[in-house]
Amino acid sequence: MPAQKPRTLFDKIWDAHVVETLPDGTALLYIDLHLTHEVTTPQAFDGLRAAGRRVRRPDATLAVVDHNIATDDSRRTGIVDPESRLQVETLERNVAEFGVPYIPLLDERQGIVHVIGPELGRSLPGMTIVCGDSHTSTHGAMGALAFGIGTSEVEHVLATQTLLQKPAKNMRISVEGTLAFGCTAKDIILAIIGRIGTAGGTGHVIEYAGDAIRALDMAGRFTVCNMSIEAGARAGMIAPDQTTYDYIARTPHGPKGEKLARAMEWWRTLPSDPGAHFDTEVRLDAHAIAPQVTWGTNPEAVLPITGVVPDPAEEPDAAKRAQMERMIQYMGLTPGQRLQDLKVDVVFIGSCTNSRIEDIRAAAAIAKGRRVAEGVRAMVVPGSGLVKKQAEAEGLDRILKEAGFEWREAGCSMCLGMNPDKLTPGQRCASTSNRNFEGRQGPGGRTHLLSPAMAAAAAVAGRLADVRDFQPKEAL
Amino acid sequence: MQAFTKLTGIAAPLPRANVDTDQIIPARFLKSISRQGFGKYLFANFRYREDGSENPDFVLNQEPWRHAEILIAFENFGCGSSREHAPWALLDFGIRCVIAPDFADIFHNNCFKNGILPVKLPREVCEKLMEDARLGANARITVDLEREVVVRPNGEEIPFQVDPLRRHLLLNGLDDIGQTLQHAAAIDAFEAKQRAAQPWLYA
Repeated sequence: MPAQKPRTLFDKIWDAHVVETLPDGTALLYIDLHLTHEVTTPQAFDGLRAAGRRVRRPDATLAVVDHNIATDDSRRTGIVDPESRLQVETLERNVAEFGVPYIPLLDERQGIVHVIGPELGRSLPGMTIVCGDSHTSTHGAMGALAFGIGTSEVEHVLATQTLLQKPAKNMRISVEGTLAFGCTAKDIILAIIGRIGTAGGTGHVIEYAGDAIRALDMAGRFTVCNMSIEAGARAGMIAPDQTTYDYIARTPHGPKGEKLARAMEWWRTLPSDPGAHFDTEVRLDAHAIAPQVTWGTNPEAVLPITGVVPDPAEEPDAAKRAQMERMIQYMGLTPGQRLQDLKVDVVFIGSCTNSRIEDIRAAAAIAKGRRVAEGVRAMVVPGSGLVKKQAEAEGLDRILKEAGFEWREAGCSMCLGMNPDKLTPGQRCASTSNRNFEGRQGPGGRTHLLSPAMAAAAAVAGRLADVRDFQPKEAL
Repeated sequence: MQAFTKLTGIAAPLPRANVDTDQIIPARFLKSISRQGFGKYLFANFRYREDGSENPDFVLNQEPWRHAEILIAFENFGCGSSREHAPWALLDFGIRCVIAPDFADIFHNNCFKNGILPVKLPREVCEKLMEDARLGANARITVDLEREVVVRPNGEEIPFQVDPLRRHLLLNGLDDIGQTLQHAAAIDAFEAKQRAAQPWLYA
């Protein structure tokens, strides 16, 4: 028998899900898990209804509300904003009519769709996972092929449990060595985007590899895969290993017993074969990465916290220079200004990038015994009700509240300015979210992306700050 | 879905790279449960001032470009969120074709599902078309999907390429769910095999 050609993690999952290949090379790809939320589904369910179609696999579908909901106590007495309420009620009507499992707003398992999928044990290695949300790439940290889709494709998956897809190219980003003092998964992914650019991964699926990736806990791996889309890649993935399996063992709905044993047999075959072909290879030295912060209005406009605002006059390319000038103007900056001198108005710790228990622990470790600077609004928004419960069991909420942070209910919150949590024009925010686009956190808002520990340090300092000045060296 | 065959119209110049979906339609306007009516929010943060009045400096508020059916932009158009509200807003405004050096993957996909043709052309060509677009109503651009050419106002034809399956669906205005359901037997067979091999994936 001829030996099979070495394959990547992506190739193996892809091959296992091709239902049929059409003459032009497009594959009909089977989808194992379809996560849905209130914003990108109403028009899809309408389409099904109009065509008299049903949801093919309700058992492979899960719905939750996260984007447009309030993250304060007001959620207990009903949704105030009439449009948000209509969107949530529409989802509730649709899931009832089509028999889709649903986690309601006041359920303790409610949370950001990309936090709860893995947390509940629904997102597993080897799966194809989609959601009408670009940060679906997050689930790739489980060793799954997970990517965001539009609403027409949501309808397509609801009706057929498949998608028409062209195979992507393989990219491997190897982060070798050990992370330096004060650095985290967020700094790794920001440094990667700074290196390859916001379109560097377009047309590719990224596999993250190397010792620094293997050393990350699951929370860190979710953070890295989450922002693959900010590098232009629809999906990012990390091969499953013991860290992954230990995580699954702690989830309520992960397979157990005989089913788990069979699943493990398949999962262990998933890592890329030696000699598998990658169309693009990128290597980074983990130790050379310093704590990162974005200064502009796309995630590749990123620098070490010790840096200064770049000078467009030094940029030879006219188009790039014009873009830099626009970013500097929007962000209210001056070339040559030290990033550490930038005063912040708001600090947001949350989002599908950084709202897991490990992220909250990191923020609390900085906040402990300190105070949020005068005039700064600092908020911590756990990614799910279960994360919130765990944090409260560990007393992290108390530490944060004593330091002057707001402790809120789970949701997307200030990541995207479509719920009551948003910036007002001109406000500067240190944010653990994933996008620093113009107006992303509210019209005229200015976003600096950074890690949870860096965000907590900014809250205490009242300006962007180097987390290394806040951490006891011996503790690391 | 409305078919796209050939379009001759006014093209609006938007000489920016990395036009993200939060620029195309900010998240606060995503609360509608309909596909219609997003046109008034297209590029809302650029088109309107804080008091809600039109910003006369933005191209889509100027004659003749407020009647544009084609948009010319630079690299990585449509990056960011998967929101299909972005193509819905373009379509509702009247834009059926976007020409740029490249597009973000999800946005690119979403266009085809809504009868919008995204055309990839090299940066230098986009710069020429940007100059044409700046001439306004007297410089209409033609986009012919049948022949896969863009025709400049001076008659110069620029070839482009679109994935054959997508071209077929767009030319005929076909709904791909209907196409996929022709493979229902293959999907049934796949599920039966997967259920036996990977029972943990089934309730």
